[in-house]
Amino acid sequence: MDTWGLLAQGLIAALQVHNLIYALIGVTLGTAVGVLPGIGPALTVALLLPVTYKLDPAGSLIMFAGIYYGGMYGGSTTSILLNTPGESASIVTALEGNKMARKGRGGPALATAAIGSFVAGLIATLGLAFVAPTVVKFALSFGPADYFALMVLAFITVSAAFGDSALRGLTALFIGLGLGLIGIDLQTGQTRLAFGVMDLLDGIEVTTMAVALFAIGETLKTASDRDQVNAEVIAVKGSVWMTIEDWKRSWAAWLRGTFIGFPIGAMPAGGADVASFLSYSAEKSFTKKPEEFGNGAIEGVAGPEAANNASAAGTLVPLLTLGLPTTATAAIMLAGFQQFGLQPGPLLFTNNASLVWALIASLLVANFMLLVLNLPLIGLWVKLLTIPKPWLYAGILTFATLGTLGANGAMSMGVGPVRISFELVLLLAFGVLGYLLRRFGYPIAPVVVGLILGPMAEQQLRRALAISQGDLNILVSSPIAIALYVVAFIALALPLYLRLRGKGAMLGQLATDED
Amino acid sequence: MNKLLLAALVTGALSTPVFAADYTIMAPAAPGGGWDQTARTMQEALQGEGISGNVQVTNVPGAGGTIGLAQFATQENANPDALIVGGYVMVGAILTNMSPVTLDNVTPIARLTGEAVGIVVPAASDIQTIDDLVAKLKEDTGAVAWAGGSAGGVDHITAGLIAKAIGVDPTQVNYIAYSGGGEALAAILGGQVTVGISGISEFASQIQAGELRLLAVSTDTRVDGFDAPTLQEAGVDVAVQNWRMVAAAPGITDEQKAAITADVKAMAESATWQTALETKGWVDTYLDGEAFDAQLDADITATESILKDIGLVQ
Repeated sequence: MDTWGLLAQGLIAALQVHNLIYALIGVTLGTAVGVLPGIGPALTVALLLPVTYKLDPAGSLIMFAGIYYGGMYGGSTTSILLNTPGESASIVTALEGNKMARKGRGGPALATAAIGSFVAGLIATLGLAFVAPTVVKFALSFGPADYFALMVLAFITVSAAFGDSALRGLTALFIGLGLGLIGIDLQTGQTRLAFGVMDLLDGIEVTTMAVALFAIGETLKTASDRDQVNAEVIAVKGSVWMTIEDWKRSWAAWLRGTFIGFPIGAMPAGGADVASFLSYSAEKSFTKKPEEFGNGAIEGVAGPEAANNASAAGTLVPLLTLGLPTTATAAIMLAGFQQFGLQPGPLLFTNNASLVWALIASLLVANFMLLVLNLPLIGLWVKLLTIPKPWLYAGILTFATLGTLGANGAMSMGVGPVRISFELVLLLAFGVLGYLLRRFGYPIAPVVVGLILGPMAEQQLRRALAISQGDLNILVSSPIAIALYVVAFIALALPLYLRLRGKGAMLGQLATDED
Repeated sequence: MNKLLLAALVTGALSTPVFAADYTIMAPAAPGGGWDQTARTMQEALQGEGISGNVQVTNVPGAGGTIGLAQFATQENANPDALIVGGYVMVGAILTNMSPVTLDNVTPIARLTGEAVGIVVPAASDIQTIDDLVAKLKEDTGAVAWAGGSAGGVDHITAGLIAKAIGVDPTQVNYIAYSGGGEALAAILGGQVTVGISGISEFASQIQAGELRLLAVSTDTRVDGFDAPTLQEAGVDVAVQNWRMVAAAPGITDEQKAAITADVKAMAESATWQTALETKGWVDTYLDGEAFDAQLDADITATESILKDIGLVQ
């Protein structure tokens, strides 16, 4: 039977009433946990795993897939409305999305995120059905040297894309890189910069850092500024829905986001966060309105949101075709497969074709359900912004604290008889850092980018050099790496060239930015 | 009337099974990994078999389980309801991280499962047998890149033991650590490294599909379902097994320890547990009491010495 026939058969299975119910439960739960910072889809699936012993395999896998997609989507809502990213992949969404929400454009921001996620999920799921074997071959051909080149590209484009002042951007980036060094070094097992604190052995949790810098820092900044507290809030300006202009600016961003996200998600060491960073910088360089970036550009929401959803589907490529789990959620889904005696891997498509196709079809269904579930809610969500500032920020603080405690609530620090959570202390300390950065005009995002990409780049570089036994040539010995460096060079050189050509006004502008 | 009611209540109370304890099991790892799955399967079996009424699983990830272990040892002192899952990886991690808390600070109860470490190469590799690998290692130790789990873990230890057994310098072993999951497997399949070394279940489906060639297994007996010699059969005198165990809190009484051991033993013999072992491909290596304590001591001593040889521990 050809692929279309198998997919149709899968759709028939997925559209059975009980499977639809499992999908609905899955996306609803997924969205709910995605909204809460700290409680990710991985933990939810792990908690539900024992419950599903009694369900049939297709039903429970369909539910897991719903949670996975729902979780990827849920994170964007809090990012946009509350500037509190629920998981690392929606950090970028907060940058432009929250700016839009503050200008009364929260509706279009949520809509472009929802529709973008749908479009990306749809294309990427079809990609999973049709080109999985090809994509996985490409993903496996990525060696440590190629990953390192990818990270270099990400660093260059991302730091160029954030903020106007190179000096402040780089300072922020290096704070992140420094913090990224904390913890046990994977290659040698030795501890770095933990100063004997057990809780630091595993490094700094990215979500704690992101929530602290974005949400807590922002709250402190607002509280310190009387004008901002009393400022009039515009919950909705213009339509809640996307205008024709919004559609025009979004569609290409959705597609670009999808084509960046899917292959990167399929890479064993890729990940949705990397995909969303790259998509953001791509949008910033393709946009016709660069001046809007940093002030609420809709492309900056559309692209990264599409990229993170496409990347979620991409993750299933190595899982289904190779049995390779590349994220925590995928690892638990693998355990779910095994509990039903299924072994994902090269033989899964031949041995359990009907189940695999039912799963792929139910991803399509879950994706559609998310759209139906979320679009009507947008009108309700944006009302959140009309809550008076002191209440809203008190809510955000509670929310951020509970999320952090939920993720790691261990009361591991002691001051006399009082036990306190180290993670919470970190959250507050980084919150103060976030306030100081804002107060002195440093961008926040590069800190998080440094913390995520720094350790990845370091590990890949060291692996590459260990494999070549110290020979630096390995870094430029594969065509993929060379191509990535060329793109990175263009990304670095092109803006410089354009600035030089535009001299006068542009250079004057640059000089004032650098103050 | 009142008497009747009282009688009814008493009968009702007696007819519900009396549970030994409401256990809380700590998995010192993130959800999804082997320890987490062990803890959750224990939860399923303890509750399903009516050994315990209500079992909770908590996750405290990080640092090869030492973060969870430290927390467990300090906060659960003398709590007879607290259990922690652990394994061989923890033994190595305690040494490399110089963890202030060791397995001496908890009360080991029993070994539950075991798994052989498999040594694999991609199908296209020119290495056909373990002898070919040994020859390559002897020729240029550093040129053989090994991919496996975290540094100082059982995969790394096995690679070091192999080097030592064939008479090459263990510090020269070119071991590339991956953060587990599928990352190491991807590097092996992609031909980025020479040889892969990790728990055999990680490689099972690729071996069956013919994408990977299994050169040898690390245990002293062959593994069912895999057509490969043991390292000892292949002339490399190494026998290692990765195992998972359960431990109780420090400071509990001998009676409490005996009660927990009885519950764990009942669980390990239950149908739920045995079925779970089969579906997950885990091998039952149940061992408790003095025999387990002796094995633990032997493993800790051996691990310490090989980690010194590799150069991870001073």
